[in-house]
Amino acid sequence: MESFLNSWGITAMVFAPLVGLAIMMLIPERDEDLHKSIALLSTVVSGVVGILLFRNFDYGQSQLMQFGVDRSWIDVINARYSVGIDGVSLPLIALTLLVVPLVIVYSWNHIPAPGNAKAFLMLILVLHTGMLGTFVARDLVLFFVFFEVVLLPMYFMIGVWGGEDRLYAAIKFFLYTLFGSAFMLVSFLALYWLTGSGTFDMVELAERVQSEGLTAQEQTLLFGGMFLGFGIKVPMFPFHTWLPDAHTQAPTQGSVILAAVLLKLGTYGFVRIALPILPEGAQNWAPYIGLLAVIGIIYGAFGCLAQTDMKRLIAFSSVAHMGYVMLGIATLTDFGINAAIFGMVAHGLITGLLFFVAGSVKERYHTLEIKRLGGLLIQAPKMGWILGITTMASLGLPGLAGFWGEFPAILASWNPAPGLNENVFRVYMVIAAAGTVLAAGYLLWLLQRTAFGTPTDEFADDPHIHDTVMTEWIAWVPMLILIVVLGFVPSLIFDVTNAPVSAVGEVFQALGQ
Amino acid sequence: MLAQIITESVEFTRPHIDWHAFAPELVILAWGAFVTIVDLVGLERVRRLIAPLTGIGFLLAMIPVLTLWSQGDDLPRVLFDGAYVVDNYSLVLKGVFLLSGYVIVLLSSDYMAEGDYYDSEFYQLLSASVLGMLVMTSARDLVSIFVALELLSIPAYLLAAWRKRDLKSNEAGLKYMLMGVFASGILLYGMSLLYGGAADTRLSVIGENLSDGVSTPIVTLGVLFTIIGFGFKVSAVPFHTWAPDTYEGAPTPLTAFLAVGSKTAGFVALMNVVFFAFAGQPELVQPFMWILAAATMTIGNLIALRQTNMVRMLAYSGIAQAGYIMAPLAVYGDRLGDAQQAIVLYLVIYAAMNLGAFAVVIIAARKTRSGEISSFGGMFRYAPGLTLAMTVFLFSLAGIPPMGGFWAKFFVFKVLTDGWGLWGTILAIFVAVNSVVAAYYYLNVAKQMWFMPAPDGDHSPIVIPPALVAAVAVTIVVTMVTGVTGLIPDWTDFTSLAAAP
Repeated sequence: MESFLNSWGITAMVFAPLVGLAIMMLIPERDEDLHKSIALLSTVVSGVVGILLFRNFDYGQSQLMQFGVDRSWIDVINARYSVGIDGVSLPLIALTLLVVPLVIVYSWNHIPAPGNAKAFLMLILVLHTGMLGTFVARDLVLFFVFFEVVLLPMYFMIGVWGGEDRLYAAIKFFLYTLFGSAFMLVSFLALYWLTGSGTFDMVELAERVQSEGLTAQEQTLLFGGMFLGFGIKVPMFPFHTWLPDAHTQAPTQGSVILAAVLLKLGTYGFVRIALPILPEGAQNWAPYIGLLAVIGIIYGAFGCLAQTDMKRLIAFSSVAHMGYVMLGIATLTDFGINAAIFGMVAHGLITGLLFFVAGSVKERYHTLEIKRLGGLLIQAPKMGWILGITTMASLGLPGLAGFWGEFPAILASWNPAPGLNENVFRVYMVIAAAGTVLAAGYLLWLLQRTAFGTPTDEFADDPHIHDTVMTEWIAWVPMLILIVVLGFVPSLIFDVTNAPVSAVGEVFQALGQ
Repeated sequence: MLAQIITESVEFTRPHIDWHAFAPELVILAWGAFVTIVDLVGLERVRRLIAPLTGIGFLLAMIPVLTLWSQGDDLPRVLFDGAYVVDNYSLVLKGVFLLSGYVIVLLSSDYMAEGDYYDSEFYQLLSASVLGMLVMTSARDLVSIFVALELLSIPAYLLAAWRKRDLKSNEAGLKYMLMGVFASGILLYGMSLLYGGAADTRLSVIGENLSDGVSTPIVTLGVLFTIIGFGFKVSAVPFHTWAPDTYEGAPTPLTAFLAVGSKTAGFVALMNVVFFAFAGQPELVQPFMWILAAATMTIGNLIALRQTNMVRMLAYSGIAQAGYIMAPLAVYGDRLGDAQQAIVLYLVIYAAMNLGAFAVVIIAARKTRSGEISSFGGMFRYAPGLTLAMTVFLFSLAGIPPMGGFWAKFFVFKVLTDGWGLWGTILAIFVAVNSVVAAYYYLNVAKQMWFMPAPDGDHSPIVIPPALVAAVAVTIVVTMVTGVTGLIPDWTDFTSLAAAP
């Protein structure tokens, strides 16, 4: 068993969904239930392999890449099929393995118009493989391929199954991301040449950048290319405009996957690639990243306050929450980066669940316009309570998961890595702290207007409005439990991430001396 | 005087000819003659046989290509005093031309049979043109390059005007011919200047003589005119104006042939001249190619954005792609092998994905009878498999992994960023930005197929003849296999070869 996990475990986990996809291709479209079963089964298989991997993971050595596989792939450029799991990627892989099967369960009776469960589920499976692959890749070329593969299914998901303005949202999402990744690719290649190492291996490149002594200026330029690629994906403040459109127009399942996992590809890229490989570049960029992050926090909050659509409001809240994550990363301290990774997972669970609920509200009321909603607690009390708990988690209430992403990130900016201007980051800290008040404001306001009060006349006697159904329970309860558990026992994640993050943090401690 | 000539010609001895190395060309020639005779004897009774026979001819010619390839150590084989060379590089390209020719036959057979055109002649001329391309891959001499170029072009002029009762097709043929002949004139002028400057027609000798310091305004002019001459063939901006009209008017299978075969042949000629004769003159060639590449990709893409006709869109997209393919020539100076590899790799993948896209266009036109992009609406509903295939080709053209087109672009990026040179990096950024612009119009087609309703609500399925199924299958397999495995780069590694004669 162990030898299987060591040599094939990750590969099996990543590509199991594609096996399911191949089987589904052979089955005619009308057998919808069969398609759903196969899709679910293949993600569950992937999840079981994942759980086995996590059980055998050596948590004492979480800074090391484990279950590593390193095979030659494209010899001419020495790009390798090199994968592994360490403490940074483990929580995100776990998140992906959890969320995607839940999305498929939710799809059981929620296939959005215009139908065609087969194609819809096949796209989800491609997404699954792409996301897992991005989190396990240790080779820049492999990483890039997976990073891009994710684009295609999401484009079609928004474009075919999306809302009214889906065409615009789909193309905007696609072109924005492609623009960033084109520059990222140029950066990767420049790194390959500048280090003269003839390798795309992340760890080796980090060492070569030190030993070859890339100048701070070169590092800053290269970091700029990566910043475009990852920053657009996060999305950071001036590049965020694709997000509200994509989220609002995407079908519920698409929004959940986007919020829960896709946005993390960007932040993960910063932690995994940009920071360790280009420390001096990161140091030069950090104040600006911090600035954009706090602008994002405040801007996202004001954006939320101005929204009249529930889904769009949640989308803007993502901009604000990812701002906290980026602020944590910008401090370049182990404390801040730990918080950032926790924030990614927490945001994935919380915002994913919010989108689920929003999708179900839309299904019942056929609208998400906040002023037409109201009295959810009367008409569908269980769903109302779930919405309540999730908004509380989202605004960072202690005892729920959201708190441990935001609070330490704010705290970390009191004392950023040496070499960074303390005063600047303390100003950021104050602004970010003010952002939490705004967050409480818009989230509670949302809850008040949709869940409290009495139903509007329009929907008061609508027989279609019913409480949570079975598939919804199955999809939501695991996320709810995790939000509570992580809120009380944050060490579940911090213990895993701390060792690898400390290694990164030490680099910046040393650099600033 | 006369007696002297006679005595001299008596002493003439036939130069040694390496028949094996020359076999692919001979197979095409002999098979073409055989097919002509079959046609002459059988007349109407064998009409349906000509297309499959021509296809078999292309596959037969693959056999000597493969046997030569298997003799790796024996290469390169030099014929005719260095004017004709068979090496890995030329063999890969011969394979590309033969397989592309085969796919073109698959694309043409139903189109030609149903359109009541002259069948047999079409395939004869097609074979002749492919023969010219095979010669081009091995031509290492100004004269043989020119002969190859004319051999591949003249049949194409005729073929472009094949729908002879259609004014657009006439326009296509005439425009193509006039521009082609004009380009040939410029090319010949450039070649004559080169010959005057370097005192030989063999590329390797020209290369040596130029490196010895023969650098006069005459040589400079010769180099520039030669490149411009090929610029017409590869439809580089500003010599591209014939392409959209010709592509639109010509029979669509032939358009595919022009867009893939003819363009690739132009690049082969360009590569031969640049890598074997101008290898030592990067300071002369590079700036020119830089401007040409940047202008070609940018202008091609910008105009493609506005197209509503599918074939015209593919024409402009092909112009933009030519810009990417040319880009490595702007920095080839100290990395000949890498530049050559990047271009050949791009050509191989470009052939597969572009032929695939044209195959889908031809299939779709059988039902819709329209060339407008909007006529692709709703195809996801009534032809999901075809939609998926087209999506693969479009994303490959846009350069998105895991399709082959990604690796094609990747290697261009790799050559451009090598050494972090200023001009190379700027051009790399040009390619990056252009890729995003191009994605917009490729996605626009995908959008029509996936998201839009069928224009007239007609959801009847498309009947796809087996030949066209085969064409799509071949091209999609090449596109996906190269994309997922990244296999191709291994066998287009010519690093050791760039310096060879």
